[in-house]
Amino acid sequence: MLTDILLILLKIVAVVLLFAMPIGSLMTLLGDRKQSSMIQNRVGPNRARLSIIPGLGRLPLVGIPHFLADGLKMIFKEDAIPDGADRTWHNIVPAMALFPAIVMWAVIPFHDHYCTGEIVVQNYRDICVEGQTRNFFSIANLDAGLLYVFAISGVSVYGAAIAGWASNAKYSLIGGLRSSAQMISYEVSMALSVAGAILIYGTLNLNEMVVQQGHLIGGWLPMWGIVVQPLAFFIFLGAMMAETKRAPFDMPEGESEIVAGYFTEFSSMKFAVIQLSEYVATVFVGALIATIFLGGWQVPYLYGDGFHFGNTPTAALELPYWAVIALRIGAFSFKTIFILWLQFMLRWTLPRFRYDQVMNLGWKIFLPLSLANLVITAFVVAIL
Amino acid sequence: MAVTVTKIPRPDRSLWVQSYVPEVMRGLSITSKQFFKNLFTKKDVVTIQYPEVKRDYPERYRGLHRLMYRDDGQVRCVACMCCSTACPANCIHIEAAEHDDTSIEKYPAVFVIDELRCIVCGMCVEACPCDAIRMDSGIHTHPFYERDTAFFDKPALLELGGPSVAHQGGDMKGVQGHH
Ligand code: SF4
Ligand code: SF4
Repeated sequence: MLTDILLILLKIVAVVLLFAMPIGSLMTLLGDRKQSSMIQNRVGPNRARLSIIPGLGRLPLVGIPHFLADGLKMIFKEDAIPDGADRTWHNIVPAMALFPAIVMWAVIPFHDHYCTGEIVVQNYRDICVEGQTRNFFSIANLDAGLLYVFAISGVSVYGAAIAGWASNAKYSLIGGLRSSAQMISYEVSMALSVAGAILIYGTLNLNEMVVQQGHLIGGWLPMWGIVVQPLAFFIFLGAMMAETKRAPFDMPEGESEIVAGYFTEFSSMKFAVIQLSEYVATVFVGALIATIFLGGWQVPYLYGDGFHFGNTPTAALELPYWAVIALRIGAFSFKTIFILWLQFMLRWTLPRFRYDQVMNLGWKIFLPLSLANLVITAFVVAIL
Repeated sequence: MAVTVTKIPRPDRSLWVQSYVPEVMRGLSITSKQFFKNLFTKKDVVTIQYPEVKRDYPERYRGLHRLMYRDDGQVRCVACMCCSTACPANCIHIEAAEHDDTSIEKYPAVFVIDELRCIVCGMCVEACPCDAIRMDSGIHTHPFYERDTAFFDKPALLELGGPSVAHQGGDMKGVQGHH
């Protein structure tokens, strides 16, 4: 019992503090500033130096010191609360924004369940014989994992909406309203687009989904979500980006229109926390898309005991179990970061949408497309 | 009054373009090409790392003023006030004084330029009849911590100066830029 609790705590620390938060906060620097500078033929931030550490004093270190300086600045800044703002909510809201962004990570599988016994590969699946499977690589192995994700991401709108309302400012209120409208619009097509994938996998458990993506169609093509549901992948990516308020869907923030939208009136660490929650949510989008559409922790042709080319019982290239685990976790991180990179790339490639265009895209294009995708998938699944 | 309506034809976009995804891909291919190129080679980066690397100023760059001097080291300026009259920013202050040498009519006892007020237009140089003031030092105005340190007086301006090869007294032979 106690070891179980300890294990869960350990997993939470590992996932949140060693994966989600560092990547999320590093992205404020590397993704937003360095990546944009590369695209725009600049060098990006590099003037802050860690001169207190000998030997590092003169190195720009790809701008990481800027990110530390940012944090330091945020901590020491004055926390200004506007007159007439609802102080209680104004103080609670950053936590409300960060909470859903973090708890969503609970169901993301970083690897299959750990097998204490021997692994036999049958029909592209690792089967654990003479041993138990232990859930070491996801915080919670929920059977309704995907529903849990949708439920929590639905809750995340409260942070933005209440932040806008509690600030007692026009721009914040507009930002809050926009973010609620946008989230509601995109929640629908998001869920519907992934419904096709649910039909194919026949499960809501994210780990089980990934296990099924290890199947090879015709013995060579990995049955990743993007292969069997290409349309859904694009809709889901778009809807998720809208959901996390990333540009080109950054209506709720709309720097050129409404200052900073719903967090205009937040400063110091409160601002930092809201900002961080957005980035963590962005990383989560990467992880979720990797899990549903890019085969999660699967490495093509790699199974529990090594590489198999085709449906063979013995491995063509045997690997120890720890190496397989390391490869798979590495693959999952790589896929997550790739989707993350793609999101930032899109942000710096596309101009912003107008507000009505965002609504049009959501209701008139994404929704019918995802419905059609669902119907066609249902027919195909029923026939096969 | 009749209202004239100009009809602007809607842009004719094919379904391929309208479906957005292929065009997004096209945009992405451009930005990511640039991204990887700059990530690995920095070839297209145009930034100059300023304090460490300095850009070469063009030949006719207008830098800090300098006052030129005669062969014997005296200031060339004859305190004619042409420059301070021409100066649109009114930042040249000259107090003329009589010279002991009778062949020199006047000289500036005080010559101060407020470099903070100067708009670096170069009119003073244009106005000077005897090549006494120049802006070809190639030094840009650096930031000042105190306002009064931005007043450059005669010794400071002369320190940047050099001998002028022009003949005193209106003969412009040999002056740079004159034929
Ligand atoms: S450069 Fe222009 S503003 Fe500056 S001192 Fe000369 S005339 Fe005045
Ligand atoms: S125009 Fe030339 S000579 Fe006349 S006051 Fe100015 S610097 Fe001196």
